[in-house]
Amino acid sequence: MNAPAPTIGVLALQGGVVEHERMLRGIGADVLLVRRPEQLAVLDGIVLPGGESSTIDRLLRMFGIAEPLAARIRSGLPTLGTCAGLILLADEVLDPAPGQQTLKVLDITVRRNAFGPQVDSLETTVATDDGPVTAAFIRAPEVVAVGAGVQVIGRHLGRVVAVRSGAVTGISFHPELTGDTTLHRQLIASARRWRVANTADTAEITAVSANAAG
Amino acid sequence: MTDLQTPVSVTPDSDPTDSRPPATGGALVKRGLAEMLKGGVIMDVVTADQAKLAEDAGAVAVMALERVPADIRAQGGVARMSDPDLIASIIDAVSIPVMAKARIGHFVEAQVLQHLQVDYIDESEVLSPADYANHIDKHRFTVPFVCGATNLGEALRRITEGAAMIRSKGEAGTGDVSEATKHIRQILGEIRALSAKSSDELYLAAKELQAPYELVVEVARRGALPVVLFTAGGVATPADAAMMMQLGADGVFVGSGIFKSGDPVARAAAIVKATAAFDDPAVIAEASRGLGEAMVGINVSDLPAPHRLAERGW
Repeated sequence: MNAPAPTIGVLALQGGVVEHERMLRGIGADVLLVRRPEQLAVLDGIVLPGGESSTIDRLLRMFGIAEPLAARIRSGLPTLGTCAGLILLADEVLDPAPGQQTLKVLDITVRRNAFGPQVDSLETTVATDDGPVTAAFIRAPEVVAVGAGVQVIGRHLGRVVAVRSGAVTGISFHPELTGDTTLHRQLIASARRWRVANTADTAEITAVSANAAG
Repeated sequence: MTDLQTPVSVTPDSDPTDSRPPATGGALVKRGLAEMLKGGVIMDVVTADQAKLAEDAGAVAVMALERVPADIRAQGGVARMSDPDLIASIIDAVSIPVMAKARIGHFVEAQVLQHLQVDYIDESEVLSPADYANHIDKHRFTVPFVCGATNLGEALRRITEGAAMIRSKGEAGTGDVSEATKHIRQILGEIRALSAKSSDELYLAAKELQAPYELVVEVARRGALPVVLFTAGGVATPADAAMMMQLGADGVFVGSGIFKSGDPVARAAAIVKATAAFDDPAVIAEASRGLGEAMVGINVSDLPAPHRLAERGW
């Protein structure tokens, strides 16, 4: 019997949301567009999409999602951040917009627009630990420093553009625009494991409380 | 999470596995930047200070220009590309993408704007046209273009010329949203009608739309344009912006509506909030409170035809 599809959230406040949604549905996930904090509870994984990081940050705080989302990611929720999503994950941003904050769930330092303005945006293939990924870099950020426990899993022109720490993966580029599903499949696999682990926990808790009640 | 470890410096080194040569200026990255602006508000600004204010309010991008459309309308005369000093000062002032306007058909203004490294060029009817027959051949540029359209045929002709983003025109500088409503409804309505056609009817549709058959087939199959569709021209309130989103726009341009209002800071943030939560009347109501005077505005029906900017574009 096939395991039921994992539920992957796509943060849907602003940016390239539908591209992730289509890709995830295409490879067997149930997708929930996340616009409210109470939606976080049912997720087995989440994508923080590309967009304007300073705008998404403001909306996250405005709608009360930032704190519960950060807590959920810290508790181990499998997460993929692309471009602006990578910036949102980072502990530190070198060149934030005035007042810009992040979720601080990944021990890295990023620089926004590190590869130049839009005329320098490009398509290329990035070698990652998960395999080659066809990618679009659009006013892309760069990881300029990583803490211990954060793995560098991909570089472009020698610069760090993909990192992983536990179940959290952050990338500078957009595989959802090129249709490359490598990293999304990896997220779904991670989400399945997370769900099995959490279902087991829940079952145990249920069994314990049933015993206590009995 | 544990304490921040002393970060290890990541030094660039050559990577032989970067195999394919990088390709800039392809349709994917041109259209891709517009995809990343979806659900957002792009604001007209005429100074670096206004640009900072827009960024601080949550704009996804700013449009750098010399005069907002309401002033172009009031002052008359020929409206042209902005002074490069102004554009450069706005690029320096903010970290979000900067767009700038070139006159319809003025490919040298576009070359200048690309040289200045703006992130998007708006080939705009708000400025005085430089060519009453031809638009810019946008395929020749690395920088992407957004163009206005009042109907599907016009949108498809602009995409054929290389536009990577479309905005419905509305009537800029009026604060009257009725034309924006008309144009977004027109474009999306025509797409719905096209999708309902049988394949043998699409040849005639292409002829009537004055657009290439292959593009017409693509739009009919997808039920959408192959590029992002924003709306523009008369949006002045949070409710206006949310209405455009509910009608099916991917995002909104706000021109005179912010900096011609009583309290630009509050209004800019409120329009951003209402655009993101466009289907939630409670949020829109909250965002609409205490914003002070909206721009005074002009009813489009009072504008004599030669002063209607939306009619520029061919």
